[in-house]
Amino acid sequence: MRQVTITLNGESRSCLVKPNETLLDVLRDKLGVKSPKCGCDHGDCGSCAVLLNGKSVRSCLIFAIECEGMEIRTLEGVSGDKLSALQEAFIEFNSFQCGYCAPGVIITATELLETNPHPSLDEIKEALSGNLCRCTGYTPIFDAIMAVTKKEDE
Amino acid sequence: MKKHKFIGQPVIRIDGREKVSGAAVFTDDIDFGANLLYAEVVTSTQAHALIKAIDTSAAECIEGVVKVFTGKDFPYQFGLYMKDRYIFAQEKVRFYGEQVAAVVARSAQVAKQAARLVRVEYEPLPVVTDQMEALEADAALIHPGLGEYEHVPWFFPQSQTNIAHWRKIRKGDLEDGFKQADYVLEDTYQVPRYAHCAIETHVAIGKFDHSGRLTVWSSSQSPHTQRNLFAEALAPLGLTHKDVRVITPHVGGGFGGKAGVTMEIIPAALATKLRGYAVKLRWTREQEFTNTYQRLGVIAKFCMGVTKDGFITALDHKIYWDAGAYVEYGANVVNAVGLSAIGPYRIPNVSIDSICVYTNLPPGGPYRGFGYSEMLYGLESHIDRIASHLGIDPVQFRRMNAISEGDTTAYGARMNPNGLMEAIDKVTAAIDWDKPLASANPSKVLGKGFALFWKAPAMPPNASSSAFLKFNEDASINLIISGMDIGQGYQTVMAQIAAEVLSIPPIKIRVETPDTDRNPYEWQTVASHITWSCGNAVKNAALDARDQILALINRVHHLPIDTLYLEDEAVKCSNDKRFHLPLRDFVINGIMTGDGTFKGGPIIGRGMFMPEFSSTKGNPETGQGGHPNVHYTVGAGALILEIDRETGKMRVLKAAEAVDAGCALNPDLIKGQITGGLMQGLATVLYEDMRFDEKGRMLNPNFTDYKIPTSMDVPDEIIPIIVEVAQPDGPYGARGIGEHTMLPAAPMVANAIADALGIRIKSMPITAEKVALAIINGQKDVQ
Repeated sequence: MRQVTITLNGESRSCLVKPNETLLDVLRDKLGVKSPKCGCDHGDCGSCAVLLNGKSVRSCLIFAIECEGMEIRTLEGVSGDKLSALQEAFIEFNSFQCGYCAPGVIITATELLETNPHPSLDEIKEALSGNLCRCTGYTPIFDAIMAVTKKEDE
Repeated sequence: MKKHKFIGQPVIRIDGREKVSGAAVFTDDIDFGANLLYAEVVTSTQAHALIKAIDTSAAECIEGVVKVFTGKDFPYQFGLYMKDRYIFAQEKVRFYGEQVAAVVARSAQVAKQAARLVRVEYEPLPVVTDQMEALEADAALIHPGLGEYEHVPWFFPQSQTNIAHWRKIRKGDLEDGFKQADYVLEDTYQVPRYAHCAIETHVAIGKFDHSGRLTVWSSSQSPHTQRNLFAEALAPLGLTHKDVRVITPHVGGGFGGKAGVTMEIIPAALATKLRGYAVKLRWTREQEFTNTYQRLGVIAKFCMGVTKDGFITALDHKIYWDAGAYVEYGANVVNAVGLSAIGPYRIPNVSIDSICVYTNLPPGGPYRGFGYSEMLYGLESHIDRIASHLGIDPVQFRRMNAISEGDTTAYGARMNPNGLMEAIDKVTAAIDWDKPLASANPSKVLGKGFALFWKAPAMPPNASSSAFLKFNEDASINLIISGMDIGQGYQTVMAQIAAEVLSIPPIKIRVETPDTDRNPYEWQTVASHITWSCGNAVKNAALDARDQILALINRVHHLPIDTLYLEDEAVKCSNDKRFHLPLRDFVINGIMTGDGTFKGGPIIGRGMFMPEFSSTKGNPETGQGGHPNVHYTVGAGALILEIDRETGKMRVLKAAEAVDAGCALNPDLIKGQITGGLMQGLATVLYEDMRFDEKGRMLNPNFTDYKIPTSMDVPDEIIPIIVEVAQPDGPYGARGIGEHTMLPAAPMVANAIADALGIRIKSMPITAEKVALAIINGQKDVQ
């Protein structure tokens, strides 16, 4: 076990981790952050996506011990006291159904909009291609992201 | 018609904030503290074998292991429609991946490590992975005890064979029907197995406390059915329904895969031997593929006769289902499709044999569409070919033969009101069916495909729903029901129904996920019956509450009940426009009268619904006589497909789908079902391909090798269309549409390929590889 300290959603947090514990398990089981979900544990589905120093990563493929001193944002951090414009658009466009993939999808889309505020439809598709959603057929997710980019123009 | 305020409106989902903020609690998100134990199963490495010995000693020596269990600890059978299943394999295993033993440990890692040390000695038996082979006289018998299994009265198992159920339908005179035909087409179509691929894998936690009460938290579509099956299976331990409680938080996708009971019974059973602990079992993605329900595989033999002017005279339809090792749920898929295997057509002379065959593959079970997708692939392909042979436009051929209200189904009951013709009109208009297509790109070719669909809820004739509704001081409402919002928007739509009756905006109604101790009975969230069935129960509960409110006003204010109505969260009176009593003033605390005393008290509505006209008592040899299906939902789909001549790669340029919702309670949610369901259907035909080796081992149990669609695979344009021909006994005329949205996808792709290339592909999936090879080899007919 080794002590690891990270900045989690703006707060400094420490815990003891084993060398083989994934960031996903540590976030969920030791730090009480439950929005990143386990869907495959192999990096295929994207439901465990979190922002690590601003970049989206699959937390099931990263050991917690590697994250010493890093900044991690999960959906809880994105939500804060008020939902983001993107989250509001997800509600407006029914861009989720069961909601299990939503945290990973919103994290990925948040990263996209932070790095490219006016993505084309093709860029949106490309950015989301690592996030599996079995319910929506993806179109409503594209609609929400497009609506946010348009809103910002107004 | 009275204008509705909330019904028919695109009301925002009431679970939206929870789900987009990360607040929504799924089963795996619940903390159980220091007394949580983790289970890991030891799975079979043989598809059919006798268990000679199980050595758990090495596993038991690992530090952190609490206990190792085998089939001997739980010699109990269970099942939904037929008790052919075991908590752990008993004397033999019947599929590769079946649970043989379990290790319970203080950490998931230790449980996993120890499970690898359990040694199971097998004596292999012949493996049968093909349903046609399983029907041969000398095939290995998978369930020698079949004759003794308890089952529902509408199943007809054939003892000492691998036939678990045989649904027969005989209508009219088949021989005469074929005599009337000018053209008869006979062929076989094949549909393989598929996986649901909900992104959340199955997970359940069982806790048996020191008072003898069993609580199971599970990711399930069926809390009450789970409680019932747990209580039945574990009755030898002295458990009754009162002692078993099932709590089902948000579910991360179901699609039928989380209906009934599969792996959840394992932690429930393990917990009973580990008092005071919570025992958790979460399937890995691989286990999710190999040891939950899979969609059944199908070989369907069609023989259809038509007159030269295009009327169907006869259908002989034999459907052989690869139902897997246990069919306690899957046999009802076979039954449901057997009843409905004429499709939405008027056919006077019919013979249907729908045969449920045991194989040594994972258990087949419910999957969105409940067998109708598989059946319609063959039927809608066959019909297109017949129309083409007769030189009749395939849409016109379907119009001529489409079933209408009052026509008899294959089992003799009358068809319900429906908007099939309107659905045909609207989808064909949406893709300009009559306009010839030409690709601007010489390496690409375009084709149009069309398909009809129908499906009825498959359920016991007395499947029921119930609802409680309680007011809070501010006239907000807790609506307490037991269906699951598996993504379809159930909670929102139920809130809309209560809102409409009580004039309370849906945003002021909270619907929580169920707990069988507190929420009233619901059979299961399956069969696309919940909007209809639970919707009726909720409406009845709201009407009950309204009646209590109006009776109270009448008692206190002496206004005639028939002049009172609810509007904008208040009671109003048609005779006295000044009368206006906000609900929040009295729904908990009552109304003060002149002498300072109060009348009334907390308003609590209750409602239930059971279809009292349904019956499965048809003749076993002909299917005639019963009323096994409550109604059908119908619709149509059409698409334009672009195919690359060299690579066979296909792209859906435009797809339109119309479904008859009876009444669209929330049109946006229906459009969401069409968009998502159509994609799931297209995936079964274009991408997903489940592979097994000859030993019955699945070769691609992961998302790298079993390809479900990504954001890159979305059709260029999807046109969702809602048709509304009211269901007389539905809430505001509504009927279910959730599963139906998948149904037309596969045959319309097959038909579009035939249109574009003249190649008829008779087996799914239709991958780019299959199309490219057919082009290269000059094959016009691909089996």
